[in-house]
Amino acid sequence: MNTEILGVILTFLITVLLAFPLGKYIAKVFKGERTITDFMNPVERVIFRVSGINPNASMDWKQFLKAMLSINLLWFVYAFFALLFQDKLPLNPDGNPAQTPDLAFNTAISFLVNCNLQHYSGETGVTYFTQLFVLAFLQFVSAATGIAALVALFNGIKEKTTNNLGNFWNLLVKTTTRILLPICFVGAILLAFNGTPTSYDGKDSIVTLQGDSVQVSRGPAAGFIAIKHLGTNGGGWFGANSAHPLENPTYFTGMLELILQVIIPIAMIFAMGFYINRKKFAYVIFGVMTVGMLCLLIPTIVTEIHGNPAIAKLGVTQATGAMEGKEVRFGPALSGYWSIITTVISTGSVNSMHDSSMAVSGLMQLLAMMINAFYGGCGVGILNYYIYIIIAVFISGLMVGRTPEFMGHKVEAREIKIASMVWLLSAILVKGGAAMAAYLVTHHPDVAWAVKPSAWLNNPSYHGFSEMLYEFTSSNANNGSGFEGLGDNNIFWNVSTGIVLILARFIPIIGPIAIAGLLANKKFIPESPGTLRTDSFTFGAMTFAVIVIVNALSFFPALALGPIAEYFSLQ
Amino acid sequence: MSKRKREIKLFDPALVNTAIKQSFIKLSPRLMVKNPVMFTVELGTIVMLAVVIYQLATHDTTQGALWYNVVVFAILFITVLFANFAEALAEARGKAQAESLRKTREETPAKLVVSPGDIFVKEIKVVPSSHLRLNDRFVCETGDVIPMDGEIIEGIATIDESAITGESAPVIREAGGDKSSVTGGTKVLSDRIVVQVTTQPGETFLDKMIALVEGASRQKTPNEIALTILLAAFTLIFIIVCVTLKPFADYANTPITIAAFISLFVCLIPTTIGGLLSAIGIAGMDRALRANVISKSGKAVETAGDVDVLLLDKTGTITIGNRKATHFYPARNVEESEFIDLVVYSSLADDTPEGKSIVELAAKQANPNLTLDQFRHQKLAVQTAPLTFIKFTAETRSSGVDLPNGTKIRKGAFDAIRNLAMKAGNGMPLEVEDKVKKISGDGGTPLVVAVDNVIKGVIELQDIIKPGIQERFERLRKMGVKTVMVTGDNPLTAKYIAEKAGVDDFIAEAKPEDKMNYIRKEQASGKLVAMMGDGTNDAPALAQADVGVAMNSGTQAAKEAGNMVDLDNDPTKLIEVVEIGKQLLITRGTLTTFSIANDVAKYFAIVPALFIASIPALQHLNVMGLKSPESAILSAIIFNAIIIPMLIPLALKGVAYKPIGASALLRRNLLIYGVGGVVVPFIGIKLIDMLLGLFM
Repeated sequence: MNTEILGVILTFLITVLLAFPLGKYIAKVFKGERTITDFMNPVERVIFRVSGINPNASMDWKQFLKAMLSINLLWFVYAFFALLFQDKLPLNPDGNPAQTPDLAFNTAISFLVNCNLQHYSGETGVTYFTQLFVLAFLQFVSAATGIAALVALFNGIKEKTTNNLGNFWNLLVKTTTRILLPICFVGAILLAFNGTPTSYDGKDSIVTLQGDSVQVSRGPAAGFIAIKHLGTNGGGWFGANSAHPLENPTYFTGMLELILQVIIPIAMIFAMGFYINRKKFAYVIFGVMTVGMLCLLIPTIVTEIHGNPAIAKLGVTQATGAMEGKEVRFGPALSGYWSIITTVISTGSVNSMHDSSMAVSGLMQLLAMMINAFYGGCGVGILNYYIYIIIAVFISGLMVGRTPEFMGHKVEAREIKIASMVWLLSAILVKGGAAMAAYLVTHHPDVAWAVKPSAWLNNPSYHGFSEMLYEFTSSNANNGSGFEGLGDNNIFWNVSTGIVLILARFIPIIGPIAIAGLLANKKFIPESPGTLRTDSFTFGAMTFAVIVIVNALSFFPALALGPIAEYFSLQ
Repeated sequence: MSKRKREIKLFDPALVNTAIKQSFIKLSPRLMVKNPVMFTVELGTIVMLAVVIYQLATHDTTQGALWYNVVVFAILFITVLFANFAEALAEARGKAQAESLRKTREETPAKLVVSPGDIFVKEIKVVPSSHLRLNDRFVCETGDVIPMDGEIIEGIATIDESAITGESAPVIREAGGDKSSVTGGTKVLSDRIVVQVTTQPGETFLDKMIALVEGASRQKTPNEIALTILLAAFTLIFIIVCVTLKPFADYANTPITIAAFISLFVCLIPTTIGGLLSAIGIAGMDRALRANVISKSGKAVETAGDVDVLLLDKTGTITIGNRKATHFYPARNVEESEFIDLVVYSSLADDTPEGKSIVELAAKQANPNLTLDQFRHQKLAVQTAPLTFIKFTAETRSSGVDLPNGTKIRKGAFDAIRNLAMKAGNGMPLEVEDKVKKISGDGGTPLVVAVDNVIKGVIELQDIIKPGIQERFERLRKMGVKTVMVTGDNPLTAKYIAEKAGVDDFIAEAKPEDKMNYIRKEQASGKLVAMMGDGTNDAPALAQADVGVAMNSGTQAAKEAGNMVDLDNDPTKLIEVVEIGKQLLITRGTLTTFSIANDVAKYFAIVPALFIASIPALQHLNVMGLKSPESAILSAIIFNAIIIPMLIPLALKGVAYKPIGASALLRRNLLIYGVGGVVVPFIGIKLIDMLLGLFM
């Protein structure tokens, strides 16, 4: 038991120790200073020349968003059609069929928005071509989009007054060439040497110890798995994701994949400190996020280690903790840690089945995705946190007797309006979606869809409710993990989650960038002793309180009917 | 100094009556819609009314017992009334405050000068003050009450302004210059003046202020708008919560009554701050008015809280108006008592504040038991014949006296007296010259005294820094406000006084345009600047400053340029104005925090109550152990309603501002209003539930 917890602590410490220098490096990359990856210079120059881009052209927030949204639209169209016609494209040794339009819509969007909600199974639903040239490609560029957007925010904060948030194309390309590719390269090699397949052959056939003959899917998976984690994407090569023995063969690869998925979100916090030259501000944010993560993690690990009270009532001892839906090679502690890490950041890869988690763990996973800002996804985590900061700045600014300001710029009606809209959106999408699903299950159980609403839920009652709530929470957080009991490959879930995904991806990017752009345009007000310092412990606590209250108020009734009711009825 | 207190009791019965009437008038949806939070509560009340009527007509009990729905309806209705009452009371108080000022000037007879176009030029006709129009001229003589605000265009008079300022000492106002403005309601004590009316009737600053308070022309300040948006967002969140709860409850097989839905919704939306928001704003202006400051807009008060730089005139603000004698330094061969005698005689007829202070100091040193008059008489009694006083002129730059025995005593500026002595062939004693240099170096002014052109010693005049001003500057520094002293003194003197008074910066040898440039410079670096001024040449700077407080005694131009007018003409008033502004924002912030923190307890009261029947496990969430679902819901909405009137005193008086640094202040307020806001409703709801248990 102690070794298990030690493993978790060790994994986290290694992550932070690596993230710090990585953060320093990232700051250097975006400052344009000399780094060890300058050998990528020629590659970047070719890309810029071929695309006819001037990487030094300045962009205001509107131009920045226009560039970002238009290239995303283009990627979507490409992905949608590639998936729709994948059976006619090369690299399909297993002869997998094309995706239906609603599934292709859902898949294309879900990879475009860094979510990877998979309503298909990797073994049968996609081909090697679409895995590599559509899905893996989107895994790179969607992560890069998030980071580029975050750097634009940094640019807005960094300068006293500016119109220029940086060049989107430049940030996008540099993120890919200088950060994602090099780290993925290392990660993929480590994975490959630890048993992850990297072959282009189709299914292999083996005879098990029992004498059955089994078809085993393979493919060039190692690189895919590296970017799936590094880019906080989470979409597995195989259907069982990182619980699959080929996707995540050992405890070592388990640690490696855990480190890979959270290293950039943490490194970006440190990078912010170095880049905008406010280290204390970054450390306070890191502190708040870590405390928040721990508040979710500790109850999860404790309940998972203690096992299921319903089983305990039967008189069965559970020396190894709650093992339903978990892999023996990871155990409850690392699986608990994974389930929280994958939900606080928006990865959504799993090494155990969340549907089988204890009620408390399910609650923590849901909360992690509702908050979506304790580290958070590549780039977008801090963008989400920024919205909370704006609300915290506004209320606490008033409480110290000054009209609110953040980093020397007045926060006024327009910024509050945008922040409120972003915040409202997640409540509308999660609760609205879950309400719609609950309505269909209750009142129209027999609609003739591929899966009837009455057959959606794997479990009745509270847990069934959690399954629906989880699916929309996961989509809204662009997380992509699922309470896998849900029968979700049908037109209702494909379309509704698809819409949620796209709104919940782009509006929380547009909002903070717009606020940053508007603020950066305002007159700079130097700090005075009367100014509320945003890099203080007090303000960190205030932000934490805002995060807790805002989310509790939005989601308490829904959580009460799902995991909370389940928890109490299990006691 | 006797200040007339213009305090109005918080719940003055007359005001409460008006406010109650107004709370019903304000129920009109056209007025309510301005406050989105309370408007939704009103809508909820209407829905409940419909439920009650429906039940009366059909005797349908699926929506709960009739009495229960009637009670819910009544409590919601009262909630709306409470919020209206808070606003109406704030308005009534502000209006009463302003009316008491305005009353002093209504319907006074005015001696109108008939316009020069008539044959009888300057014929005078007595008309009621309400007949006066812009640019009319009227005459005021000894004993007259000035009928209307205006500017003196002819004459000089002493005026008793105590009706407006509460200050009993009369002031001098004269045509031309910066002291030409007179206020309606004040009284002429001597002389005769001709005054030109400068405002249209109904457009004086007081009228504008009353209109602001009444709400007719009250506009939401930018910060109020931003906060309203945030509160609207909170309201929307809870609309989503309540709407989606319906399918959730259906899924869980739990019927929820309309009353429960509306109760949940009303409890959760920030009604506390929503109900008190406009009252807080009005109370801010009201507090300014109680400090005798008329604010031309609510925004000005709010901006005052943000001020980073404060420009203060040295004279009258930092120092007591004038220099005072602090030391007598006789020359080497002169006895101190002899020197003091000389000094006293030279100043006996000197009416300047400096002259008076010399006599005062001498009297104190000679015999502390004598009054000034006794001392004066004693000195005069010694002389056999009347003394010949020589007045100060710009040419001689000295003044003095000729005694009956022919002795000529002169005192004056160092070089003026030295020239006299030199001309008469007398030298300059070295120790006197040293003293003079030292006094100048210390920021003082040396006055050299000579008898028959022989130099006898030096009087040291010093600026006396107002008692307590250092502490006020310290307080400002802690608030994060930089103080800047503006003075006509040379840089050396200015620096000395600045250091002694504890101001952060100074502008020496200041010309009017220096003020302007300083303000522009600070504003360019993003700072908000406040200043106070009275003269016409201050007007551009007053207009440029973010907060410009004009003195009521100042010229019309200055008053038009500033965004506040100080009736007391008290230059330190700026400090109070800054605190009032901060208080306004803090009150808003803390009550918002309190209101939102309250929701935690309300969730724990209502959510288990809603689902207890179908999901018994949720009983664990009923941490307060409330008796029944009905009593839980009623307790929550009753608490929600009564917290509004309970906080009215706080909203109107404002949350105290403590200059302890921003982070410490945030910690403090977060602890009181944040943590307090979480804890208080748990206790309150439990108590109400216990009380209800007696009846249910």
